[in-house]
Amino acid sequence: MLEIKNLKTYIDTENGTVKAVDDVSFQIKAGETICIVGESGSGKSVLAHSIMQLNPSPPVFHPEGEILFEGKNLLDVSEKELRRVRGNEISMIFQDPMSSLNPVFRVGDQLIEAIRSHEKVSKKAAKKRALELLTDVGIPDPERRLHDYPHQFSGGMRQRVLIAIALAGRPKVLIADEPTTALDVTIQAQILELMRSIQKKYGTAIILITHDLGVVAQIADRVLVMYSGRIVEKGSVSDIFYRSTMPYTWSLLRSLPRIDSDTSDRLIPIQGQPSNLIDRPKGCHFSPRCPFATKACLEIDPSLTERGEGHWAACILSEEEFFNKKQEFEVNAQKGAVK
Amino acid sequence: MSELLLELKDIKMYFPIKEKVFKKPVNHVKAVNGVSLTVRQGETLGIVGESGCGKSTLARTIVGLLEPSSGDILFEGKSILGYNKKQMHELRRDIQMVYQDPYTSLNPRMKAGEIIAAPLKAFKMTSNLNERVYELLDLVGLKREDAEKFPHQFSGGQRQRIGIARALALNPKLLILDEPVSALDVSVQAQVINLLEDLQEELGLTYVFIAHDLSVIKHIADKVAVMYLGKVMELSDSDTLYHHSKHPYTNALLSAIPLPDPEKERQRQRIMLKGELPSPANPPTGCIFHTRCPIAQESCKQHIPVLEEKDGNNPNHQVACFYPQETETIASSQ
Repeated sequence: MLEIKNLKTYIDTENGTVKAVDDVSFQIKAGETICIVGESGSGKSVLAHSIMQLNPSPPVFHPEGEILFEGKNLLDVSEKELRRVRGNEISMIFQDPMSSLNPVFRVGDQLIEAIRSHEKVSKKAAKKRALELLTDVGIPDPERRLHDYPHQFSGGMRQRVLIAIALAGRPKVLIADEPTTALDVTIQAQILELMRSIQKKYGTAIILITHDLGVVAQIADRVLVMYSGRIVEKGSVSDIFYRSTMPYTWSLLRSLPRIDSDTSDRLIPIQGQPSNLIDRPKGCHFSPRCPFATKACLEIDPSLTERGEGHWAACILSEEEFFNKKQEFEVNAQKGAVK
Repeated sequence: MSELLLELKDIKMYFPIKEKVFKKPVNHVKAVNGVSLTVRQGETLGIVGESGCGKSTLARTIVGLLEPSSGDILFEGKSILGYNKKQMHELRRDIQMVYQDPYTSLNPRMKAGEIIAAPLKAFKMTSNLNERVYELLDLVGLKREDAEKFPHQFSGGQRQRIGIARALALNPKLLILDEPVSALDVSVQAQVINLLEDLQEELGLTYVFIAHDLSVIKHIADKVAVMYLGKVMELSDSDTLYHHSKHPYTNALLSAIPLPDPEKERQRQRIMLKGELPSPANPPTGCIFHTRCPIAQESCKQHIPVLEEKDGNNPNHQVACFYPQETETIASSQ
């Protein structure tokens, strides 16, 4: 339904050009959930904003590549057409529920405004629809809550309101940028459950951006792993969690403290810091931090190659080499030789 | 068993809500409402809870940034609440704090070396100052040259290392860590957790580790207190808590954590908590958790459960609930 082809979003800064999104391609089908994971600065939010073309320009250059939605390239259409697509076809939920609502307007008015900007309906009909939406997203006593101001809502409730606003135009694709990061775990569980039930009811395709691999495991059908502006691995959720062939993905999973394992072993962190997006290392961008890096990695910049059906990874190691290195690493870790 | 280092006795911290200046307060926010905990020498006590449960307020009372409304704090057997300014100053040598946000807890106009030297200067320990700063930088895994850099030249993880070096400058006995890794990326988070573990072993430190992330706490803590609305709901050694938790709130918290394992994740039965955290100004009657509790009975609305032993075999496991029960919260297949 939505297809991204060779998308490039560059940002102009004083120190040089940041390749925030560098040649990213993927597609999403109706009713599917794709998670984009990566650390801060990996370009995942810029990617999401590029799809909606919400990046401020300048400093962000107009994205290159193609964003095909139902056959049309959104990068070529007029601003007017784009406005119709935003909200009606593709809609977005942001990370911070505290700052995404206007504090001086009643929640009901903000919701009704969203509905009326998508559909030509009377105020009365819009109010009816607003009540439906609030009920849909699980806000108790919606009739009364319509008249409340944002500060009277808790974080979780505000996120529900934002989801209601995002759903106002009955979008086919919902992009959620870290929708639960600012929330407590018990509330996060409620919001994820809500997103799943909405997807079931309306067949919405969801693109969820997160850094939490637990959330990914819970909700994703397919996963894109980003590192320094690029997709370094993509595949089904089990490809990524059980059959990863990319050292970055594997190291990320390995570095997590987990409540479901009994080992009180030392954690194995990824050494160093995420790479600088302006002055990126030559060769593979992950090579300076990669536990398996060879000399060749410093020279060759690997592209995505297919490892299984729909499973792609960017690493010069073959599956077998990767497997051997992994075993060697685990043996060393057992001995305590890995710092 | 090692000696008691810190003892909190029925700590209450109420903040007044005033409608008019100079008028009597109309109500109180009961941020911490009767917490008693002990920490032994060399041990790590983890305190977990959601935002607004009072965990940070509790930390602030321990370091003396807030004076509790009632209760007592004993450090090495002596009550520290009656201390005068001079005694308090001396006490800061022994109790230090590491803050959550590595971006705002370091002065942007000071070089890393100056930040680390500040506590040493405050205690007039200026002989061999530079040597000591280098030693501390080395201890937290930074380079000597880093002393000349400003905070903005460091990444988040490195900044947190500076914060830790500053806290260690005076050779404290107790370190209060308030969400020290929650602002960091996962790959860097593991580096800082390992560093803290190494330092504890090397220097014989005692930690009070505050976090909302139960997986981090599980990794680092010996003993865990679960807080809700200013009260401790369950207290236990870490192993017991993660395998045999009995309080319905702990169970719900554990079951809400998404596991980084798609298969386990899809088989799990999740306990969903209804609603949201009630206001700490008007906490519910009876058991404070009854409004969201999946197994609350009529009597929970009237009577307040005390934190006590519910399992005859384990005196260290205390639960504040009338109907404690174990539930499968984590798909614990290895």
